Amino acid sequence: MARYIVSRLVLTMAMALLATLVIFLIANLVPGDPILAQLGDVAASNKAFVAEWRAKWGLDLPLLERYLIFLKGLAHGDLGISIASQRPVLEDIAQYAPATIELSTVGFLISVIIGVPLGMLAAIRRDSWVDHLARIISLIGVSSPTFWLAFIMLALFYGGLQIAPGPGRLDPIAFSPPTVTGLFLIDSLIAGDFSTFRDSAAHLVLPSLVLAAATLGLITRTTRASMLDNLHQDYVRVARAKGLAETSIVNGHVLPNALIPIVTLGGLAYANLLTGAVMTETVFSWPGLGRYTFRSAEALDFPAIMGITLVVAATYLIINLIIDLSYAVLDPRVAR
Amino acid sequence: MTAFDQSQAAYAAIMPVRTRAQRWRRRYGVAAVGAAIILLWILIAIGCPLLSRYSPNAVDVTIRLKPPSAAHWLGTDELGRDVLTRLLYGSRISLTTGIVVVILGAAFGTLAGGAAAFARGAAEELIMRTTDLVLCFPPIILALAIAAALGIGTLNTIIAMLIVWWPKFARLAHSLVLVQRSQEYVEAATVVGLKPARILLRHIVPNAIGPLIVLVTLDIGNAIITFAGLSFLGLGVVPPTPEWGSMVAEGRELVEQWWVAAFPGFAILTVVLGFNFLGDGVRDWLDPRARRK
Repeated sequence: MARYIVSRLVLTMAMALLATLVIFLIANLVPGDPILAQLGDVAASNKAFVAEWRAKWGLDLPLLERYLIFLKGLAHGDLGISIASQRPVLEDIAQYAPATIELSTVGFLISVIIGVPLGMLAAIRRDSWVDHLARIISLIGVSSPTFWLAFIMLALFYGGLQIAPGPGRLDPIAFSPPTVTGLFLIDSLIAGDFSTFRDSAAHLVLPSLVLAAATLGLITRTTRASMLDNLHQDYVRVARAKGLAETSIVNGHVLPNALIPIVTLGGLAYANLLTGAVMTETVFSWPGLGRYTFRSAEALDFPAIMGITLVVAATYLIINLIIDLSYAVLDPRVAR
Repeated sequence: MTAFDQSQAAYAAIMPVRTRAQRWRRRYGVAAVGAAIILLWILIAIGCPLLSRYSPNAVDVTIRLKPPSAAHWLGTDELGRDVLTRLLYGSRISLTTGIVVVILGAAFGTLAGGAAAFARGAAEELIMRTTDLVLCFPPIILALAIAAALGIGTLNTIIAMLIVWWPKFARLAHSLVLVQRSQEYVEAATVVGLKPARILLRHIVPNAIGPLIVLVTLDIGNAIITFAGLSFLGLGVVPPTPEWGSMVAEGRELVEQWWVAAFPGFAILTVVLGFNFLGDGVRDWLDPRARRK
């Protein structure tokens, strides 16, 4: 088992590295110019100034040499300097990541807590009103553009009914809690500051619901399908025949067997949430990685884009690894 | 009650008697609704100049941000343009880009994946590892980076989307062809002396194409949402082209004038629902096991 994990980790890292090469080539072979995108018109017309900037980011060096410099930095845990923010990329990512992690974790929890029971009910009471309701919820969830849903929520609950707080992580006049984890929910509890905790929780409601919508639909559908597959198996008939209560058949027998596809999809959905937050963060002015990615892409800030890609691809691959490993826990037959 | 009556009663309990119309609705209902929605939007895309007396880009600041009224059914935007007219014209870009991206992506992906499964060996490894590599990027971030680098424009955005779109089709086609090529009828065709290309196109493809058609149908909705999303972020179309994603972006600060952003987004929702309905229906036909009893 340990050998399997190590070999998977090595493979994972190799893939992530290869991913940076791809991004590096894309960033350098396309026509855009990061320096010109960054400088104003006046500065961009000054040839000496532009050349100086190019030299500063090594843009005057040959392609291969630049990639080797990037790799060398990477070996020392250095992702380079962002062209747009002029700060180390790793520092930027460390600053923006907690907001996204907090948002997508809450969104993921919402979609699991609602989606799994809803999917189970839909399967057990197939063709009943619960089943139809679940189908409608999941179809609308997967068919709504996130950026539009975000707008509708804001317009309705913030602009119209005025029962929800506006965009951002906290009230504009509030101070963020002293940074420990960067997750405001946890940091405010550590500081014992309950009003900040309430404030940040209230600000999380709308964006996390929006983010949860699409995932909720997928999780409900998968749970339903996987439960249905198992409900008609012989072992369920045996359990019924020996007189087990229906609840213990469902919770004790069918659910554990139905979990593997749900966990697979759930893990991938979580990875997607971490990156799919771009739209939600834009509408809710959420200072997270999604916003940072978008701004970097817009500015053609390729050191930042490469850093994000590396981190994100590594997260993707690690979550995939965790999914694979969890099979062995969920289903002892896999480990054998 | 005779034994026959009892068995009849038991049969009726599990198999409720349905009229022909009910059976048709059960079998084709969802797909028919989806197809009807899509057809309606296609007709709108073709006939939109006939449907509105306004021009999508006619600016009139004297009537800016007017709420829905008899003259402007869905209100006007910040430049006084008619929201309904822009929404109708917007269907052209959304439908075309969605369909073009998925068809081209599916064609390239299927060809690559199918060829890989058929060729085996080093070529297969090369193609499938490339597929894995692209798949390990989150699609929206990769598309975002490429679209930003290529510059704003419909064609550039389509190219960026195509780069991230083909791998899922390659992977599906690869697994489908792998399953088919070990079937006996392929062996038989080989023994008879047919050329590999003919076996692939005339024998394997027709047998493997079902799941591909389902994925294509479901995926068009996906592509429409993604293109609209990139436009929303300012990367898709060049203003003032009427396009749903950029219309939502134009209205996103206008919480009081909700109609500017709300209706174009709702249009996206209906089209995507249409393709999802149709895809679900097609899956039920093509896969007898998934068919609802």
